Amino acid sequence: MNALSSLIVVFILAAVAWVGGEVVSLHPAFGIVVPALAGVVFVVGFAVRVVGWARVPVPFRIPTTCGQQRSLSWIKSGWLESPWTRTGVVARMALEVLLFRSLFRGTVAAITTEPVSDGHGSQDPAPGPARLVFGEQKWLWLAALAFHWSFLFVVLRHLRFFVEPTPGWVGVLGAIDGFFQVGAPAVYLTDVVLLAALAYLLIRRLTDAQVRFISLFQDYFALYLLVGLVTTGVLMRYFVRPDIIAIKQLTLGLVTLAPAVPTGVSPLFFVHLFLLSVLVAYFPFSKLVHMAGVFLSPTRNLANTNRMRRHVNPWNYPVKVHTYEEWEDEFRDKMKAAGLPVEKV
Amino acid sequence: MADQTPGPDALAKVDFRPKGKTWLEPHPEFRKGTYCYSAAPKNLTYLGLPNPREWQPFNDDWKLPPDWKTIILDGMRERLDRYRSFRLFMDICVRCGACADKCHFYLGSGDPKNMPVLRAELIRSVYRRYFTPAGRIFGAVVGARDLTEDVLKEWFYYFYQCTECRRCSVFCPYGIDTAEITMIGRELLTLVGCNINWVIEPVANCFRTGNHLGIQPHGFKDSIDFAVDELEEITGIRVEAPINRKGADVLFVMPSADYFGTPHYYTLLGYLMLFHEIGLDYTLSAYASEGGNFGLFTSHEMIKRLNAKVYAEARRLGVKWIIGGECGHMWRVLHQYMDTMNGPADFLQVPVSPITGTRFEHAASTRMVHICEFTADLIRHGRLNLDPSRNDHWNVTFHDSCNPSRAMGLLEEPRYIIRNVCKAFHEMPEDTIREKTFCCGSGSGLGTDENLEMRLRGGFPRANAVRHVRDKHGVNLLACICAIDKATLPPLLEYWAPGVDVAGVHELLGNALVMRGERERTTDLRGEPLTAREEASAHA
Ligand code: SF4
Ligand code: SF4
Repeated sequence: MNALSSLIVVFILAAVAWVGGEVVSLHPAFGIVVPALAGVVFVVGFAVRVVGWARVPVPFRIPTTCGQQRSLSWIKSGWLESPWTRTGVVARMALEVLLFRSLFRGTVAAITTEPVSDGHGSQDPAPGPARLVFGEQKWLWLAALAFHWSFLFVVLRHLRFFVEPTPGWVGVLGAIDGFFQVGAPAVYLTDVVLLAALAYLLIRRLTDAQVRFISLFQDYFALYLLVGLVTTGVLMRYFVRPDIIAIKQLTLGLVTLAPAVPTGVSPLFFVHLFLLSVLVAYFPFSKLVHMAGVFLSPTRNLANTNRMRRHVNPWNYPVKVHTYEEWEDEFRDKMKAAGLPVEKV
Repeated sequence: MADQTPGPDALAKVDFRPKGKTWLEPHPEFRKGTYCYSAAPKNLTYLGLPNPREWQPFNDDWKLPPDWKTIILDGMRERLDRYRSFRLFMDICVRCGACADKCHFYLGSGDPKNMPVLRAELIRSVYRRYFTPAGRIFGAVVGARDLTEDVLKEWFYYFYQCTECRRCSVFCPYGIDTAEITMIGRELLTLVGCNINWVIEPVANCFRTGNHLGIQPHGFKDSIDFAVDELEEITGIRVEAPINRKGADVLFVMPSADYFGTPHYYTLLGYLMLFHEIGLDYTLSAYASEGGNFGLFTSHEMIKRLNAKVYAEARRLGVKWIIGGECGHMWRVLHQYMDTMNGPADFLQVPVSPITGTRFEHAASTRMVHICEFTADLIRHGRLNLDPSRNDHWNVTFHDSCNPSRAMGLLEEPRYIIRNVCKAFHEMPEDTIREKTFCCGSGSGLGTDENLEMRLRGGFPRANAVRHVRDKHGVNLLACICAIDKATLPPLLEYWAPGVDVAGVHELLGNALVMRGERERTTDLRGEPLTAREEASAHA
């Protein structure tokens, strides 16, 4: 249901943009107004989101410790997985953000009744019918990593449409990316990886019974949007070459706030631009904000210095406790009889 | 209850295919053996908690207050403004499913709503509906649900089917900690009087008498005196165990199970022997006679109310610093919350071991040290005379309790002690220890008998790893440093991995500790003859 309805929505969006591209009088709307609005929504929405989180206090120090705490000097402590210094925290976050450390840690676990090898060639000697087995689960990690990195590369490569003259390093990126020159124009490695990774993520969501069960409309929607965006981009680069000069005129106009709609821009480009606009505008209101949220996650970005240094809760308030005096009042006679010291005789 | 529980073969048949088309329709079903009974009104009343009444989860009418919906939504709003964790975790989950098979309750039950992600979605769906524009407009299409009684019942079922063990948070790419969401979920349920008795009764007892079991000061003294007598029989030495003594250097706080339950009790014997042997100037307290804090399973406010007595008592007794005993969630509270809630502890001193001179810099602010840190330091400095052969009848593995490992990072200290006090030690498989440790399945107040089936299901991954080392290395003892584990692992192992006993680390230390002037030991702390055990294991 979700998988289908979100696909339909994305198709409708694409169709709308195609029509907009076909009808010249709509070009200003789809070429300027929509992208500009999307940009504004993105910036404002993103800021509201991040500021919204940042304003909520972190009352308690709750890092998830994945390694040995800093304690006795002769015990090797996990500076990275249970950090107690800023460097440790930064390194932990960097591993998380750049290499998806936690995802890498994942294994698959299931209960099986099959006899299985214990990994050392011998049969697990355990009797009993059921056991828990672990398997490698690196595909999700790999696909996620491949997707994010190649997406970043592609975005950076697109800078050549937004900056004039094209900075040298953007050219270098393109050259590296197109290193495995296959035909002309050069096939960018990242395009291939990006599509493959997206395909994997989508197929996994559709076919893995558990993941499918937890998936909502918006999970498919984001994926289909991305697939649509990448597909139209790939089509334009390798198959139906659009008028690059005209497109660059349009995009430069957008970023320099001097909008212009040149003639000769193909409808396919409008689809591409529109899907991008939708993605960009949708970003702050969706799970995609994990991009910013990950940096604020208190289980990862706090040092495990809980007992070393005092941490203050801004809304700490007094609570009703049972004081020693009240307690002794209740039990004084029994305490005296048992020979326990009391405050008030 | 136990006799109605299906046997291991039946229980281990878990179907992981999600049933039904969508999880959005709430289907609260309270099947006997998989949930805990409601909190008795007298306990709620004693604590001044809302809506005390007679009811049970399986009743149709939960007797909620008329404005329960407003209470919950206001409570949510307040918490969204107070806990960045809560707000952030409501927003950024991408439903990648990496956490799904990390939860022992999902692994043991196959119930999709026990996947951490869906457990969180139970509350997230309500968040979407009332706190996000998309949810307000599109409703069910984007996974938003109205807050209905059935949704609330689901919350109750699944938030009391999470041991707040944080295993899922280790694997989530954003560190989303479902335990944090469960804690807030339980807090919200508490606002309308939906709690379980196995949590609230200990809380009420603890508030009144100082400890979960409701033991009054004279009863506490009796227990300690009894332990002193028994130690004299075993070792020939009469140790001192002062209570409420002003002016001692150190206050020692332990979980109450240590002086009232087995096998915890042998751990207490170990502590007392150790303190006597090194001549520590310490005192116990009958007021702070519990370090464990079931407030952690109720609300943040309740954590603070129960925890307050530790610092208050340290101040009243005029001690210099504090040592805490073997208990998992007690240490989560002491490590993550105490200083912030009830500090600063500026009337105490930075802990320094009077025997080795080690300054415990890592506890410079809370001024409270874990007994394993303290003992490991003693062993490292060669201050203890140890005879590991007295543990020869044990072939040991170590269970990292969830809280000391994932909320504190206490991994090596207990292992160091174990390696020094016994000769045979075997780790369980990599994926099941340290930060990846599996929960006992009964933490966070779920360790009651009416919930036995769920405990056995949730405990299966832990027990399975124990069974593995039992069969592979002949392990017959599981050591751990958590009072809940010591109470709930014995029945779990008896069910899934018979032949493995459970012990505290300081029980093993007590066995191995050669005390000055002791008479030759013929039994271990359990009173079992050392030689008979040796023979038994030689024949095994
Ligand atoms: S691993 Fe984290 S992001 Fe992925 S589904 Fe679980 S909670 Fe959500
Ligand atoms: S905290 Fe533990 S019990 Fe709760 S959902 Fe996560 S893994 Fe499961």
